[in-house]
Amino acid sequence: MEEVKLQKPPKKYMNPYLAGVLLGIVILLSFYFTREGLGASGAFKRGVAKVEQIIIPSHLDSEDSAFHHYVTGGKDPLKNRLVYMIVGVFIGGFLSGAINRRLKLKLEHSPKITSRKRAIAALIGGALFGIGSAFGRGCTSGAGLDGMAVLATSGFVVVAMIFGVGYAAAWFFRKLWI
Amino acid sequence: MGPLFTATDEWSFVIALVIGIAFGFILESAGFSSSRKLAGVFYGYDFVVLQVFFTAAITAAIGLLFFEYFGWLDLSAIWINKFYIGSAILGGGIMGVGFIIGGFCPGTSACALAVGKIDAMLFLGGFIGGVILFDAFFPFYKGFYKANNMGGALIYEDLGMEKQTFLLLFVLVALASFIATAYIQKRVSKKSEKY
Repeated sequence: MEEVKLQKPPKKYMNPYLAGVLLGIVILLSFYFTREGLGASGAFKRGVAKVEQIIIPSHLDSEDSAFHHYVTGGKDPLKNRLVYMIVGVFIGGFLSGAINRRLKLKLEHSPKITSRKRAIAALIGGALFGIGSAFGRGCTSGAGLDGMAVLATSGFVVVAMIFGVGYAAAWFFRKLWI
Repeated sequence: MGPLFTATDEWSFVIALVIGIAFGFILESAGFSSSRKLAGVFYGYDFVVLQVFFTAAITAAIGLLFFEYFGWLDLSAIWINKFYIGSAILGGGIMGVGFIIGGFCPGTSACALAVGKIDAMLFLGGFIGGVILFDAFFPFYKGFYKANNMGGALIYEDLGMEKQTFLLLFVLVALASFIATAYIQKRVSKKSEKY
């Protein structure tokens, strides 16, 4: 007798080269329409700046803040295309997850580590990425991907460092993943 | 001739939202909402990050070249991120460590959060904490952060090459990496379990 399944399994992932070509076209169109490419970290930096503007406006108004330029001339830090873009990323990610049956609340980790260990690693990794993308003036998308697309030296240097240091450090953190 | 709007034009906000939806959709469809899949690039069991990343970069770079050639886009008007030597190197290095520990980058964590990954939520929480820390201690490294500004430096100019020559080399290196990684992945995934 055939087994009745209430939930169908998630669909397969898209071919990576097809995804890459589509993503490349999206970057191209972004430059064509808006002069700039993709970005993810900028929206979160602007979110932080917005909260600072409300609770400690004197800090943001001074040159002591890295985000001073977000508010010069009375600008609103959130009135920026990157903020709209990250909202889009959430919507697009959710849509793909819904269509491909991948919407599921879970803390994903290697079976060899506990959820708690993965949670701590995610927090620390995130914090490092926050600091790194501030120094790098963008993250993997804004500095790396956009930078390589326009053949900017900064893009190639940032990507080489992310992956170079990632590979160099991979051995030390292998127990988190394999 | 493009770019059609400036980045501060309100139309840019609408377009950015649409672009963001496509960006998030593609990332999730390719499997970037899974930290274990992303981390595979560092251990040889899944090279999807490298494949998507470099395919996107060469597609966009070649596209930009043709858009300029056809007179559709003025490349001197588009945004080129400025290259601050020390800050870019240090920032990239810290991001590399963050990637291997955290398993995400900001864009992929946003799309992973959208499908319900709790580890992505924690990564983003940590990310915001890191940004706050960076800003809190900014005066200590402000000098370093702003030092050695090379402006919107272009890699082919820095290497003393023609743009087309560099782009051809870039494509060839990407293709070689696709072939090499396909071979490595086949060998490694034989012994690693499914995730």
